[in-house]
Amino acid sequence: MTIALVDCESFYASCERVFRPDLKNKPIVVLSNNDGCVIAFSKEAKKMGISMGVPWFRVKKSFLKQKGQVFSSNFTFYGDMSARVMNILEGFVPKIEIYSIDEAFLDLDTLKQNYNLYDFGCHIRSIVKQWTGIPVRIGIAPNKTLSKIAINEIKRKNIPTSVLQLIDDKEIKNALTNTPVQKVWGVGKKLNDHLNSAGIYTALDLAKVNPQNIRKKFSVVLERTVRELRGEKCLAIDDITSFKKQIIVSRSFGRKISSLEALQPIVNNFAVRAAEKLRNEKQKCSQVSVFIKTSSFNKNKAQHAGLRTVEMFGPTDDTRDILSATKKGLLPIFKSGYAYAKAGVILNKFSSQKIKQCSLFEEFDNLKEDSKLMKYIDYMNAYETQIYFASQNTKELSPMKQSMTSQKYTTSWYELPKVN
Amino acid sequence: MKVDYIGKISEENLPAIFVPYFLESVHAGFPSPASDYIESPIDLNKHLIKNGAATFLVRAQGQSMVGSGIADQAVLIVDRSIKPSHNSIVVATLDGEFVCKRLKLKPKMCLMPDNPNYPPIFINNGQELEIVGTVTAAINKF
Repeated sequence: MTIALVDCESFYASCERVFRPDLKNKPIVVLSNNDGCVIAFSKEAKKMGISMGVPWFRVKKSFLKQKGQVFSSNFTFYGDMSARVMNILEGFVPKIEIYSIDEAFLDLDTLKQNYNLYDFGCHIRSIVKQWTGIPVRIGIAPNKTLSKIAINEIKRKNIPTSVLQLIDDKEIKNALTNTPVQKVWGVGKKLNDHLNSAGIYTALDLAKVNPQNIRKKFSVVLERTVRELRGEKCLAIDDITSFKKQIIVSRSFGRKISSLEALQPIVNNFAVRAAEKLRNEKQKCSQVSVFIKTSSFNKNKAQHAGLRTVEMFGPTDDTRDILSATKKGLLPIFKSGYAYAKAGVILNKFSSQKIKQCSLFEEFDNLKEDSKLMKYIDYMNAYETQIYFASQNTKELSPMKQSMTSQKYTTSWYELPKVN
Repeated sequence: MKVDYIGKISEENLPAIFVPYFLESVHAGFPSPASDYIESPIDLNKHLIKNGAATFLVRAQGQSMVGSGIADQAVLIVDRSIKPSHNSIVVATLDGEFVCKRLKLKPKMCLMPDNPNYPPIFINNGQELEIVGTVTAAINKF
């Protein structure tokens, strides 16, 4: 088994650079929705001390003073560039798993007899760079977890070709020694603390633990990680584009909310957005969950958290059904006297849109009309004006505050890049 | 008529029956005699774009390439996967800007405008020229 992980180098920043040749070698940062914090940065910006997630207001002054270029996030553009990169990768191998907007696992098994995999990696890298302008790193290893380690090694050692093949045991061992356990795929902050207190600091320490003990003390998931660090292959390439199995729309509030009159319309906004996403995925759901919680940062104040799941009569993608289920879920969990900080709506139990379950007495003809209504609403919301449901809070839906977005270079006829 | 209330059916215990339904309605009447001869309309993308992942559209500014049929504001189709050769029309970056010119590799490499009013651009030492892609077509709107 041999896997390659293709990882786009500071993807959002690289995208911004493709149509701005004047930004070559210049520091670039990209901000989150509402321009809150830094979510991507070029290596020049990293050298200036910019780190992931840092609030923009904190670094703004010094960054701009040093002639850095800042962008609001332009996901329309990044999404199109990502699709191009993935499309090219799909042409190289029979099996690929698109793991995120800027990462994909490639199955190299069928190629390994006929190709030098390192050269193959270099070839992929140069093609992607030439065809799209996006630079990628490629880590080749016996399994997914080690391919992630290979990518880390490319970053750590600043390998100029950006391609690394981890094959022989000595090389793998060396890489594991240099990888802090928190950088191992699937090990988060919390788990890292646990492992540290058990004397496990590097990926090599983790690889040396008996997997069965890990399963007992931690989880099956971490056991798989340990096995993969030891060179076994536990995680397959998931080449079937896996449909989402759950849609969550949830947000922390800007200010705490105590009354049901204020809370309900906001939760309804989440329900409406979730239903939109559901239709966009061409799915129907049969279960809606609602949750609300107070702030866990405010330890002195009274705490309350509630979650209620409502079963639908049949699979639906109709916003009105989801709104009524949301109401059914919210009412029993709401308790007055608490300052709520966060709420969310979760859609579960998906089935495809073409299947419709009817109740015995439902008018069959109504179905078509209803799905048309939702289609019209989605269409109008996308292209014309905003349609709200009566139970929504329309004030909280003001457009995102984003002032520094680049053009839709690749998706809008009116915003094409200009050449002289 | 008199009805007795027997009880509520639990929604959870109902067996799920999936009924497929048809999106298209059936019309009765004489079928169109052309129905066997319908072909899909011409798709410009299919004819003008060979490699979608590597193809970008850009808008030309100015008169420097009118001789090649590229008017001001023309939309150019640029294929980054086609290696340019002598006389190809290319999009390149020069001093941090995109330019569209004809690439000449001999007698001396230069970017040649297609308008006698514009001089050829020779690449000086220290100047960085990067060919982005080859222009495969231009769309001029009248």
